[in-house]
Amino acid sequence: MITVQKNVTAMVGNHAVAYAVKQAKPQVLAVFPITPQTTMLEKLAEYIDNGELKAELIKVEGEHSALAAVYGAAVAGARVFTATSSQGLLYMTEMIYWVGGERVPIVNAVATRALAEPWSIWDDHQDFFSKRDASWIMMMAENVQDAYDMTLQAFRISEDKRVILPVMMGFDGFILTHTMERLEILDDETVEKFLPPREFNLIDFNDPVNVGPIAAPDDYMKIKYEAMKAMEGSKEVIEEISKEYERISGRKQYGLIECYECEDADYVFVTAGAWTGDAREAVRRLRNEGKKVGVLKLRVIRPFPKERIKEALKGVQGVVVFDREYSYGYGGILANEIKSAIYNTGIEVMSVIAGIGGKDVRPLHFQKVMEDVLNGEKFEERWLND
Amino acid sequence: MTEVPSYIKEKKVIRQQYFLRGNAACPGCPIPKELDLLLEVMGKKTVLVVPASCSTVIMGDIHGSPSTVPVVHSAFASAAAIASGLSRQLKMRGEDAKVVVWAGDGATGDIGFATVSGAAERNEDILYVCYDNEAFMNTGIQRSSLTPYGAWTTTTPAGKREFKKPLPFIMMEHKIPYVATASIAYPFDYQAKVKKAKDIQGFRYIHLLSPCPPGWRFDSSLTIEVAKLAVETGIWPLFEVINGEFQLTGISKVLLDKSKRKPITEYLKLQGRFSKMSEKDIKVMQDAVDAMWDYIAELVKR
Repeated sequence: MITVQKNVTAMVGNHAVAYAVKQAKPQVLAVFPITPQTTMLEKLAEYIDNGELKAELIKVEGEHSALAAVYGAAVAGARVFTATSSQGLLYMTEMIYWVGGERVPIVNAVATRALAEPWSIWDDHQDFFSKRDASWIMMMAENVQDAYDMTLQAFRISEDKRVILPVMMGFDGFILTHTMERLEILDDETVEKFLPPREFNLIDFNDPVNVGPIAAPDDYMKIKYEAMKAMEGSKEVIEEISKEYERISGRKQYGLIECYECEDADYVFVTAGAWTGDAREAVRRLRNEGKKVGVLKLRVIRPFPKERIKEALKGVQGVVVFDREYSYGYGGILANEIKSAIYNTGIEVMSVIAGIGGKDVRPLHFQKVMEDVLNGEKFEERWLND
Repeated sequence: MTEVPSYIKEKKVIRQQYFLRGNAACPGCPIPKELDLLLEVMGKKTVLVVPASCSTVIMGDIHGSPSTVPVVHSAFASAAAIASGLSRQLKMRGEDAKVVVWAGDGATGDIGFATVSGAAERNEDILYVCYDNEAFMNTGIQRSSLTPYGAWTTTTPAGKREFKKPLPFIMMEHKIPYVATASIAYPFDYQAKVKKAKDIQGFRYIHLLSPCPPGWRFDSSLTIEVAKLAVETGIWPLFEVINGEFQLTGISKVLLDKSKRKPITEYLKLQGRFSKMSEKDIKVMQDAVDAMWDYIAELVKR
């Protein structure tokens, strides 16, 4: 860590998240190694070994158990954290739904990565988006700073009494996990005030409860209805916490979505994750040529911020949605979600599938697609695969 | 030595219930009694972790539970991992509390085996009790790796061709501080083992043979008799392994002498699940029991 000035440093994404976790002071962690998350796990082990973090790190035998172990600890009142990627996220899927159903505060950092077969260690969002119906709040970071900020906010959102839901923070494998960037960190006291000790606890020996028993159909559906309400209600809480974080960090925070040059734009990119930076660069270049274009970035995938999206896209002629994952036999996942969010507004939706399995995507790719669109070339779906 | 419980010493007829009656167990099911005896020893500051099994149903629903201690339900394969997290956090809270996994043979020896082995290797501070009814009973009697040779199940209509996975011995090889077998037919032996395990730090494992009237095809009045015969025939040896030291307990101590063991047919004939076994099958099974006792004799000598 090279500190140039107070609270300004440079870190790779994995270490930035580990640093945020250290500051959040969890009591129990359980992590199983998987590329490209591993260096985060190593950093956390180091923090515990040198006494900077007083926590139990359970070195479990697999990801299914990683989430199960932090679930057990969370039920007994611990602030907990786990992290995974790709196959590991799939392997913990049963527990993802379990934890989402029981509604226990947990933070899970997901270094996004393509899924086998064929084997790939490179970045795409197929793993992350496969968990979109599990009643987890899902956020996606654009850069290392974002990954740090979101991790801290994730703990607070997850534990907020109006929410009580697990939170998954996605950040692009290698592109963010292994890239060193400038990072502004909060001091420990500020974090401590932002994240007061957690109150959630289900294990009380004087008032024993049955955690997660059978629910008959009528009860089951009521519980699921409550989860839906909590998820909808969390939108407001996420924005509120984002504002508070903006105050304590002195850096602009964007709640559910961020708009870059959207105000007078005719056409807008829609993105999530690290390549938003490439889209911004493409927009900057196109704006220099007098083209009215912008980027709409989704910071939060679940709950899907449909109201905010609709607001932001008012007056726009069309959107070009970049998907780094695909629903086979259906289409780009974000593209279709955007379509449904702006149904009946007359805004055209064009879908681009790119960066699958880590295939390189640069500002030029964004630029080229937008130039085609501005030249009147319309398409429903385009794969950037050559 | 086995302790005589206070309610017997004090000649109290009605004893306090630690696991309440009126639960959803089948007639003749030993699980409620096994839990009651367990909780009597473990005390109030115990958390039960229960993976998918008959006990998931027996534990009631969101409106009520027969358990007098907190219960955390678990997915099929994750009980030992959830218990690991609970145990670590209760320690962080500074609580003098015990975490007990209450799992069936399928959750322990099949789908959750890696999880159990992982927690044992990490020597998590957990008491893991496997109540072994020798098949996936809650789903309607499908074979598990702990179903014995020759037994009928719905997925072994002609009788199982493979032997029962020797789980207590496999757990012993994990070099954990405590491993024991027990039987509902010998409640004092069982409770004495729970008591010993309670006071030991680290991963403790008790394997409880748990006869199942509908699954084993015997009358629900015969549960204890069947459990007893499993021990008397030597099919289910009672033993404990404390820090690697193996010793037989209770009646099993005398069964090293083959002539003291009842023929396994005494046990088999009470159960419909073994009714299709041929003479040859019975011989194969008897030989396997005798071979296990040869192995036990070696363990005792060590």
